[in-house]
Amino acid sequence: MMISKKVQNMQPSGIRTFFDLVLGMKDVISLGVGEPDFVTPWQIREAGIYSLEEGFTSYTSNKGLYRLRLAISRHLHNRYNLDYSPEDEILITVGVSEATDLVLRAIINKGDKILIPIPGYVSYGPLTELAGGVPVYIDTSKENFKLTPSTLEKHIDKNTKALILNYPNNPTGISYTKAELKQINKVILKYKLLCITDEVYGDLTYDFEHTPFATLPKAKERTVYLNGFSKSYAMTGWRVGFACGPKDVIAAMTKIHQYTIMCVSITSQMAACEALHAGRSAVEYMKREYRRRKEFIMEGLEHLGLKCIKPQGAFYVFASIKDTMMGSLEFSRELLERQKVAVVPGTAFGYNGEGYIRISYAASFENLKEGLCRMEEFLKTIRRG
Amino acid sequence: MDELLEILEKDGRASVEDIAKMLKKKPQAIRQAIRRYEKEGIILKYKAVINKELIKEKDVEVRALIEVNVTPQKDVGFDRIAERIYSFPEVVSCYLVSGTYDLLLIVEGRDLHTVSSFVAEKLAPLENVKGTTTHFLLKKYKEDGVVLKHKEENKRIAISY
Repeated sequence: MMISKKVQNMQPSGIRTFFDLVLGMKDVISLGVGEPDFVTPWQIREAGIYSLEEGFTSYTSNKGLYRLRLAISRHLHNRYNLDYSPEDEILITVGVSEATDLVLRAIINKGDKILIPIPGYVSYGPLTELAGGVPVYIDTSKENFKLTPSTLEKHIDKNTKALILNYPNNPTGISYTKAELKQINKVILKYKLLCITDEVYGDLTYDFEHTPFATLPKAKERTVYLNGFSKSYAMTGWRVGFACGPKDVIAAMTKIHQYTIMCVSITSQMAACEALHAGRSAVEYMKREYRRRKEFIMEGLEHLGLKCIKPQGAFYVFASIKDTMMGSLEFSRELLERQKVAVVPGTAFGYNGEGYIRISYAASFENLKEGLCRMEEFLKTIRRG
Repeated sequence: MDELLEILEKDGRASVEDIAKMLKKKPQAIRQAIRRYEKEGIILKYKAVINKELIKEKDVEVRALIEVNVTPQKDVGFDRIAERIYSFPEVVSCYLVSGTYDLLLIVEGRDLHTVSSFVAEKLAPLENVKGTTTHFLLKKYKEDGVVLKHKEENKRIAISY
C-alpha cells in the first residue's frame, strides 16, 4: 500500500461502522448530533447572501478579513475584558478543527507530549500524532470528568509541551468555574506549559459565567484560545473559527494556514461579521432554549434510572449505562435497531467512555420526548433480560 | 419576559408537567403562575394557528387591510371612534398608527363583496370617518411570526461528533 504508516496507524474505529448504520436508517430520532438544531439566524444568512450579490468572491488576507478580526477583538474586550490585537494576535480558521491542527503543528517537535483529558473530543489525539507528538491521555472518569490540578501534575514530565482543555466539554457537558481554572493555571505556570483551550461551547454555559482561560492571572502569554461561530450562532456548516494567542504562535500558525488553506471562505467571514454585529440576541434565545431542554432531559433520564453527572454547558449529557451490563457500542447499536434512537457510544471519546452514552439535547422537544419514551421501552426490555 | 410566557407563546399546548420539567419547578407552581397570568389578562386566550390557504372548502374568507382617516374627539381622542369601529365582528384587528392615516384595520369577510359592502355601508358612513383606503390581501406568507408553509425537513445529518 502507498498509505503512510502514520495514517495507517490512526485509530481504526468500530464507531465509524455504527455511524454508517445510523446514516443508512430512516425515521431515526436522533439524539446523536454534535451541532445545534437551529438554522443559522436569518440576518446572518442574509449577510452572506448580500455579500455574494455585492461580488465579494475573492481571497481575503491569510489571517482573515481585518473587519472580522477587529470585530472579534472588540467582542472579546467587551464581553470578557480580554484584549487581543486584530493585527497579529488573531487568526481566522476553518472552524476550531483547523485551529487545533494548526496550533499542534506549530508547537510540536518530534516526541513532544500533549496532555489530553478524556473522555474528550475526538480530534485532539490523532492531530497530535499527525504532528509528530505523543498524546498523553488523562483519565478524568474517576473524578466526575473534571481535570484536577493534582491529576494534571501527575502526568507532566520533561517532554510535556501543552495541555488541551475543552470546556464546556464535548461529550460530558462539564465545565470549570473561575476558581477551578485558577488552580489548573497554577500548574501550567509552574511547569511552563502551553494551554490550548477549545472554548467553542463557551457561550453555552448554564450554571455560572464562562471564564476564558486567557483572562486568568499571567495566563495570556501561555494560552492559545480557540473559539468559533459554529455552536453559539448555529453556524456549523459555514466553517468559521478563530485562534487568539501570543504573536509568535499566531505567526507560526498563519505560516501553515497560508499554505494549506490560504484563507477561510469570504462568504462565511462576511456572515461571521454580521453574527458578531447582530447575533447576540439569537445566542441568548438559543441558550435559554437549550437550558430548558437540558432540565427536561435530565428529569427524563432520572426517571429512566440512568445516572449522569449534571452538565454545566454545551448540549450534551453523558449518561451511565453501566447497570445494563452492556457495552457502549452494543447498547447504542441495540437502541438504534430496536427503537430507532441514535446516541453516540461513549467509547468514541476515549477508552474510558466505556459504560456511557452521549445524548445530545440539541433536538426539538417533541424529539426529546419521543426519544425518552423509546429509551424507556428499550430499557424495559433489556432489564427484563 | 418570563420564560414561562416565552414557552407558551410558542406552544400554547405545552403541558404544565413538561413546562415544570423545563424550568425545574413544581407543576403546582407553574399552574399557579399560569392562572395568575390569565387572571391579570396577560394571557388572554389560547388558539390554534390555522393555515387557511390550505382549506379546500369554498367559504374561506378574504381579508383586507383598511387605512382609515378619522377625526379625533374632544377628551377621548381616538378611543371612542376606535371602539365603534372595532366592535364590528368583521374587524379582526384594529391599530392606531402614526403616519398619513390614523387607524389600520384588518377586516375579514366571506368574499370581496362582503368586505366591500362592510366598508361602504358600515365604515365609511360613520360620522368621524373622513376617508378609507382598502387593500385586499392576495397571499399570506407570514403571520404573527409563523411562516405559513410546511416545515421543511431537517437538513442535519443524524449523527456527528
